[in-house]
Amino acid sequence: MVQGEDQDRDTVVWSAPSPRLRTLRRGQVAAATLAALALAIGVAGGLGSGVALSVAVVGVIIAGLAADAVMGRRVRAWGYAEREEDLLVKRGVMFRRISVIPYGRMQYVEVAAGPLERAFGLATVQMHTAAAASDARIPGLSAVEAARVRDQLTSLGESQAMGL
Amino acid sequence: MSQASPSEPQGRPLESGAHAIAGLQGNWQRLHPLSPLVRAGRGLIAIAVILLIPGYGGRQGSSGNEFTHAGVLVVVLVVALVSWLVTRWRVETGVLRVDSGLIRRSSERFPLSQIQAIDIVRPGLARLFGLSELRIRLAGGDRKAGRLAYLASTEAEVLRARLLDMRGGVAPITSTTAERALITVPPARLFASLLLTGTGLVLELVVVALVVLAVLAPGAAAAAISAGAVWLFALLVSAFRRFNAGYHLTVADAPDGLRLRSGLIETAAETIPRGRIQAIRMTEPLAWRLLGWCRLDVDVAGQKARGRQDRNEAKAVRSLLPVGSREQAASLVATVFGDVPTERLAPPRRARWKSPLRFYFLSWGGNDRYAVTTSGRVRRVTDWVPLSKVQSVRYVEGPIQRRLRLSSIHLDTAGRNVHAVLRDRDQREARQLLRELPERGRLARQHELIAGPSYTSI
Repeated sequence: MVQGEDQDRDTVVWSAPSPRLRTLRRGQVAAATLAALALAIGVAGGLGSGVALSVAVVGVIIAGLAADAVMGRRVRAWGYAEREEDLLVKRGVMFRRISVIPYGRMQYVEVAAGPLERAFGLATVQMHTAAAASDARIPGLSAVEAARVRDQLTSLGESQAMGL
Repeated sequence: MSQASPSEPQGRPLESGAHAIAGLQGNWQRLHPLSPLVRAGRGLIAIAVILLIPGYGGRQGSSGNEFTHAGVLVVVLVVALVSWLVTRWRVETGVLRVDSGLIRRSSERFPLSQIQAIDIVRPGLARLFGLSELRIRLAGGDRKAGRLAYLASTEAEVLRARLLDMRGGVAPITSTTAERALITVPPARLFASLLLTGTGLVLELVVVALVVLAVLAPGAAAAAISAGAVWLFALLVSAFRRFNAGYHLTVADAPDGLRLRSGLIETAAETIPRGRIQAIRMTEPLAWRLLGWCRLDVDVAGQKARGRQDRNEAKAVRSLLPVGSREQAASLVATVFGDVPTERLAPPRRARWKSPLRFYFLSWGGNDRYAVTTSGRVRRVTDWVPLSKVQSVRYVEGPIQRRLRLSSIHLDTAGRNVHAVLRDRDQREARQLLRELPERGRLARQHELIAGPSYTSI
């Protein structure tokens, strides 16, 4: 690792999304794998060859496991830190990104929770600035944490607000 | 070109501004009676052509067809008339109110205190009738601009000046006083520069090819022209648009902002308020670089264009300098932004592996107030971004960059197009910048809050 990163680690305390995000992603991968498996069995079974069937099943399961591992890394890569004057969000494994968004730039905060997320008691918090490119999304927060972050961001945004 | 300068109150301001003043005093006012005609202009002309040509040309067309055309014409006229009848405006206490619509009534209110700028636009047909459109832009960027289309030009001038007076806060402004012209663009150079851009070169190639073809095989040329007429026309229109937008462009420094005036057929006078400029971009296409020319564009805050009207407006926010020398560009940038960084830092040499082409020009520079980045190979692009306008700072490190220990820093602004990227910096430098730049931005904002928007030249 590079020196700079170590320095960052010292000064910034990252919070991670809820561990349930890992479960949710695992569930999603599992569901996709099962669907692919059903398809593979259907197709390979239709061919009537036992070898094809076993190759397809093993292949799909391996792909599923690999996807799960990738998802795990991606989930672990998410992090956010509420500093005094700005919000830090990091994400990504292949493309590592760190966004710094001053609270004063916040236009509004959006809390979204899809049906799956709701089932797991999770929510995504997104902070919007005037720039379309700003990337301040934190997925997989527990509902309580999401509400806290939302309130925190709103109050900080209000107290530090400034025009364009 | 008798009307070189569109925003000059002439004639009898007192008498002809009567409607405007009545409206300002709170009496309902309608738009100019000819405005529906101008609005429906293109459609009406098309209908008239369809109507008249068979009517006078040959009498073969069935009369039923003509009745249909006449019916369409009447319907269009009635719709236009009704829309004119139901559209009214007046100034209520501190608010400009515009009511419109018969079936879907809408009532828009524009708080005078939030007016950022009022622009006067004159499309070709409106100019013929001496009409102008007022576009009222509010602070906040993403909101729709208010439109009063159309008013008599003199009324528009009076109304604009009075509305700007009434919004308070800023020193009262009358249309052309206290302006300091910074730059004008000679039409000849504009024309030459357009011939050297991408569209221009394509157009020239097409014309040359057609001429050659016409000499060698006239029949084939005619076929080619008729087949490609639409494309040729589109090319011509796009080239003409740029010519029109840059024609006689004058940039002036006024108390309320930068005032741009331009146009051959459609004239526009537009004010870019102080402190609203998010970024400046200098573009130097290959052919222009040989001549030492460049183009300057400003980026102003705003959401993506939605409707047609908004798109037109988005286009209007535009070139500060359609073509000029690098010295002119530098002096404009200095006027608008003040003290911009002069020193540039090149990325480490290993960045050549990741950006082999653009490495040649790749650099960035920064001081306490601004960042400037250069990129591109064929077309050199230089972006200036005031750190006080930066909405967020992003650090991005891709797989190739990681291998080369490089990373990029993005400075996001509220502008539409320009966003500065400090590409392929050394990783340690980038980390350092990620810590520093938000802090510098904060200080720059505080500085601006105290000292007012940076761009003051008076």
